Amino acid sequence: MSIKSVVIVGAGHGGVQVAISLRQEGFTGRIVLLNDEEGLPYQRPPLSKAYLLGKIGESAMLFRPATFYAEQRVELIHDHAHAIDRTNRRVLLTSGGVLDYDHLVLATGAHNRPLNIPGAELAGVYGVKTKADADALSPLVKAAKHVVVIGAGFIGLEFAAVAAAGGAAVEVLELGDRPMARAVSPQMSDLFRSAHESWGVHFNFRCGVVALEGEAGQVTSVTITDGRRLVADLVVYGIGVIPNVQLALEAGLDVDNGIRVNSVLLTSDPAISALGDVAAFPCVQNGERYTRLESVQNAVDQGKSIAARLMGKAALYVALPWFWTDQGALKLQIAGLSIGADNYVVLGDAGAQQMSVLCFRGEELIAVESCNRPGDHIYARKILARPPALTPLVAAAQGFDLKTWEAENRR
Amino acid sequence: MPTINVIEHNGIAHQLSADVGQSVMQAVTFAGISSMSADCGGACACATCHAYLDEAWMDRFPPVQETEDAMLDIVPERRPNSRLSCQLVLTEGMDGLTLHLPAAQF
Ligand SMILES: Cc1cc2nc3c(=O)[nH]c(=O)nc-3n(C[C@H](O)[C@H](O)[C@H](O)COP(=O)(O)OP(=O)(O)OC[C@H]3O[C@@H](n4cnc5c(N)ncnc54)[C@H](O)[C@@H]3O)c2cc1C
Ligand code: FES
Repeated sequence: MSIKSVVIVGAGHGGVQVAISLRQEGFTGRIVLLNDEEGLPYQRPPLSKAYLLGKIGESAMLFRPATFYAEQRVELIHDHAHAIDRTNRRVLLTSGGVLDYDHLVLATGAHNRPLNIPGAELAGVYGVKTKADADALSPLVKAAKHVVVIGAGFIGLEFAAVAAAGGAAVEVLELGDRPMARAVSPQMSDLFRSAHESWGVHFNFRCGVVALEGEAGQVTSVTITDGRRLVADLVVYGIGVIPNVQLALEAGLDVDNGIRVNSVLLTSDPAISALGDVAAFPCVQNGERYTRLESVQNAVDQGKSIAARLMGKAALYVALPWFWTDQGALKLQIAGLSIGADNYVVLGDAGAQQMSVLCFRGEELIAVESCNRPGDHIYARKILARPPALTPLVAAAQGFDLKTWEAENRR
Repeated sequence: MPTINVIEHNGIAHQLSADVGQSVMQAVTFAGISSMSADCGGACACATCHAYLDEAWMDRFPPVQETEDAMLDIVPERRPNSRLSCQLVLTEGMDGLTLHLPAAQF
């Protein structure tokens, strides 16, 4: 059956990309893009960085202006999908509306793991997920004197850098023993730890939160697991996300830490695809294990892949994962996945805050983390995109650099 | 509202009106020119907003910064007038700015 209508649930990075790429690939049928957030679809990364700092305005975060959707005949509908009727291929909307589909794309993203502790409901306690969160936070972070950040992951640290730059005293609480422990090498954690400390951020490792206390409904302090009580007029948490799987679960699709998709990003129903933060896919860079990645690259490349497949150009999804985070003056770019790395080669100079860490699993190069070495990142992406033959021995040699190696070994 | 000229690699020319303060990348993508994918949304992290600036306009923008320079190193067919267009902010008097898009991004 030829596909005449595609309904996309969720208008974040993944959903918008599917719509754009479908038209680019020449799809002439109906495209409906369901958006359950206020305003036009926007990009999330600036929420905890440039937008929060006031460096860019609202319009700079939009994927496209309103005219684009009209010209491209993408029906942008403000509504929330509350059920899927797979038998009749229909999506039921909260407003009562019904949308028929030939193909359905689930790009529902993820929500913040909530803080399940007493006091979490107090005013002055925020996660950073939506533009509404950032809009509420931006005046507060300028006025705050004592900021407590819960979780030293990417978003927590991006926020900590913004708060410190605004002059607040910043305490970061982290259950692990180093920043970004799940995602980067110990060497890179060290660099970021020193940098944040030099900006005035204070880390509390192996520390969790017991409760938040407040006065007149406004947070005033945080009690932590070592018994101390930290003064706080603003608390921001980033303790991971939970994929928005409810719709898929209730529709009887395979779900296990995300909506399960196969290597062409189809769910257990061949009329339904899923992508982005919500999808668990067999990841070639992770030994074909079902993996859920939370990054712009992942949502964008999966969106392109789904659109191409719907237009008859199916290909296995094998794109190399890459990621970036901006914290203060540091730009960290990661190519590949470092899961299972057991051997590291460091290039550059941590003291000068210009360093790359080559992550090996045994003899195999699996990821490269670059701080303020964008050239390394970009060459690493070239090198990692094909079966890498770069060994730790070669990389550790005096004078080694990625650019020269890439040129010499280009095939 | 400066009017800028964008010529795709296949010769298709677009004239679009952009806003002061907008980046060239935004002006191009907002106009629906899809051969520029601009995957990272302007964070200077992806190198998929490569454009060739007409020589006459080269010194109207701040010079290439280190991050941009390194990212440009890997784009197919870098030329002396190559820029990452997300790093180019439109200012008053840029009416008539002309750029060419490469056949392929990163
Ligand atoms: C503050 C912040 C900073 C980030 N920084 C970076 C970064 O620097 N680099 C990077 O690579 N990644 C970054 N990320 C991650 C990146 O933004 C996500 O990986 C990406 O947005 C995932 O895209 P998605 O389309 O899967 O989901 P989302 O962009 O989250 O979009 C999902 C959308 O679906 C909607 N939705 C959910 N359920 C329904 C329903 N039933 N009906 C209708 N709509 C629904 C949601 O409201 C949401 O609008 C950041 C994320 C955040 C929150
Ligand atoms: S849009 Fe990504 S580098 Fe310009």
